[in-house]
Amino acid sequence: MTSSTVKAPAKSAYWEGLRDGSPFILMVVPFATVFGVVATDAGLSVAQAMGFSVLVIAGASQFAAVQMMLENAGIAFVLLAALAVNLRMAMYSAALVPYLGPAPLWKRALVAYLNFDQSYILSVTRYEARPEMSVTDRAAYFFGVASAIAPLWCAMTLVGIFAGSAIPESWALDFIVPIMFLAMVSPMLKSSAHVAAAAVSIIVALALVGLPSGIGLLIAAGAAMVTGALVETWIERRKA
Amino acid sequence: MSYSNAEIWLIIALLGVGTFLIRFSFLGLIGDRPMPPIVLKLLRFTPVAVLPGMVAPLVLWPAATGGVPDPARLTAAIITVAVGIWTRSAIWGIMAGISTLYLALWAFTAL
Repeated sequence: MTSSTVKAPAKSAYWEGLRDGSPFILMVVPFATVFGVVATDAGLSVAQAMGFSVLVIAGASQFAAVQMMLENAGIAFVLLAALAVNLRMAMYSAALVPYLGPAPLWKRALVAYLNFDQSYILSVTRYEARPEMSVTDRAAYFFGVASAIAPLWCAMTLVGIFAGSAIPESWALDFIVPIMFLAMVSPMLKSSAHVAAAAVSIIVALALVGLPSGIGLLIAAGAAMVTGALVETWIERRKA
Repeated sequence: MSYSNAEIWLIIALLGVGTFLIRFSFLGLIGDRPMPPIVLKLLRFTPVAVLPGMVAPLVLWPAATGGVPDPARLTAAIITVAVGIWTRSAIWGIMAGISTLYLALWAFTAL
């Protein structure tokens, strides 16, 4: 077997990933641009706003961190809120183990860095549909999807940073972030357990709004997670 | 915002490391050991547990209007959620929400 026959499938898996990931460009472009705008508007420097997009590279948590910083929350609370938004990715990480567990460490580290909602969802769907894929091909496919998203995420943040300073106050930028969060959460309200969790989160957060920023949200999020898990367990038991 | 430059970089660095460790956790460190089902169950609810609570006060009492409820922003929020649930798509929710916001801001000032 020549090396070219070994490499060819991995290469095509990469291109297939890139192709399947490209529709997400429609989503990445506005999200990243708005992040650049919002971060600049909040008072972050160009390097700091870019630092978020390159080092954290997780949309919702970047917005969450900037929002908490605008409220002058303590550093620990900024981190807790933003990391809590990312906790779902531990689930993604676990779900990828059966498919990518045998890959070399550097590949698994790169997959971890590039593990977004989109790259995870597309890749796992593909792995499930094609159990015969080799580990090399699986990683190549994952990197293909991520290549459609990650460079653009950073580039469009930069565009937003420079566009941001030219945007007047009448554009009500303060409200773009709430709209983005609401739009991200609404499609997730797919079961009564999710709706119950969201409702508890809102009620507790509003009730505790007088506490120093971050504390009320933390309590609200904890209560909401427990509510979601309890309601789901209850529904499962009733079905059983 | 009242953080020093060093504090902002600290936040970015810790958030970067923390996010990577969350993503690397099972794939890199824990491996194929099964997670307790209760942990998986709780993790599944993190986005819907955190984001609504973060947004609710911003929707009801926006800083831009000095904390007074604003009909334009409220309308935009309701439309965003409705379209997001209906289309199951974040991008349509955002587009509908932002269009509503500008339309309502314009309508409420014009009236």
